[in-house]
Amino acid sequence: MNTREIIKNGLWDQNIVFSQLLGMCPTMAVTTSGTNGLGMGLATTVVLVGANILISSIRDFVSPQVRIPVYIVVIATLVTLVDMSLNAWMHDLYRVLGLFIALIVVNCAVLGRAESFASRSTVLASALDGLCMGLGFTVALTGIGLIRELIGMGTLFNQASLLLGPRFAFLEMKVFPDYGGVLMMVLPPAGFLVLGLLLATKRLVERRAAASVTSGAAALAVENATGCH
Amino acid sequence: MSTLAQWRDQLFYQPLSLGAIALVTCAALAVANQATRSAIEAAEERDLQNSLSEVLPASYGDNNLLKDTLQLSGSDGKALTIYRSRKAGVVNGAVFQTTSRGYAGDIVVLVGVDTSGTLLGARVIRHQETPGLGDKIEAAKAKWIDDFAGKSLASPPPEKWGVKKDGGVFDQFAGATITPRAVVKAVKQGLEFFAAHREEILTAQPTKGDAR
Repeated sequence: MNTREIIKNGLWDQNIVFSQLLGMCPTMAVTTSGTNGLGMGLATTVVLVGANILISSIRDFVSPQVRIPVYIVVIATLVTLVDMSLNAWMHDLYRVLGLFIALIVVNCAVLGRAESFASRSTVLASALDGLCMGLGFTVALTGIGLIRELIGMGTLFNQASLLLGPRFAFLEMKVFPDYGGVLMMVLPPAGFLVLGLLLATKRLVERRAAASVTSGAAALAVENATGCH
Repeated sequence: MSTLAQWRDQLFYQPLSLGAIALVTCAALAVANQATRSAIEAAEERDLQNSLSEVLPASYGDNNLLKDTLQLSGSDGKALTIYRSRKAGVVNGAVFQTTSRGYAGDIVVLVGVDTSGTLLGARVIRHQETPGLGDKIEAAKAKWIDDFAGKSLASPPPEKWGVKKDGGVFDQFAGATITPRAVVKAVKQGLEFFAAHREEILTAQPTKGDAR
């Protein structure tokens, strides 16, 4: 698989949320705001890259019969290591992200990438795949979070400076001042609602793209045909 | 490489490789635990110190609150740690947790009181209330919690310790009454606990092991 394909797969074609429909637990649970989605996405990206590199580098030693327990042990260890080191050395970030990190263990997308990509690819390709899949996941979560936050609370990237540092305070926007808020958008059902609408939108875009390719080809065929006459 | 491929399919290789990986990961976790433990403890102590200073001004006493603790059994029967502030060796304030049940799970409030039982401050340190509605009890989201400073069991009188909807003096939030009601209840229980154990808190020796 070439680099271009890996990037395109991670961000769009095989997007963890919008195509594979994996990692639904964090997707529903933390996307109450854009900032939360971003935080969860970035933390997951780090784990995805690390897990893919580790799994890929031990792929020759792992026999297929015991691969799943091996992957689970490796991923759980990695997540715990990230959790401990953040808690110890980047405690301010940990106070914001800490909630999300333990949740990454149950994200089957990490195991999914180990099984379907890292276990049969080179270390470099696996690292790139982890990065792109992670970024695709981050974009999806941030997008869902922003929509829910905008309709639910009338803000965008609320408290982003807590996550990214004071320099990113400009991201925080109050779009509708004196907005009453729509409670349902912040509660779990809206997660499903927004995800469903975004899924439908993606299908629509893909169908349009496919249709324009076919109609383009058809027009060309007609042109050629008329040219013949 | 070819020998590795042959071994991989054999029965003895699979449990051994799984065991080896478990061993390596366990070792990594043990090492990381050793390496991070002191830093994590220091960071958590700093967190506690920060939340303590939110409810009791740092200049209030001249001792280290974390080293002057007292273990009492709380109103729910569980052990409760009381942090005491001293000025010139005399206890002049105390900080402790108090809990009540909110809309979704327990709300844990840290309260600081002076010797007469007047609140110096209160902070919600743990809750699972609805984001956007009930979370206005957090100091980071709204000023509501600051209303508690200066209140005591005598002012407002006990029957006024409630949200306005119940005839009390504390504001409720639009769309969320249960949450502020629970916080008011927790703080009131905390004050009652202090009143019941006042002598003990002001005079008892620090619990051994924590004292310096």
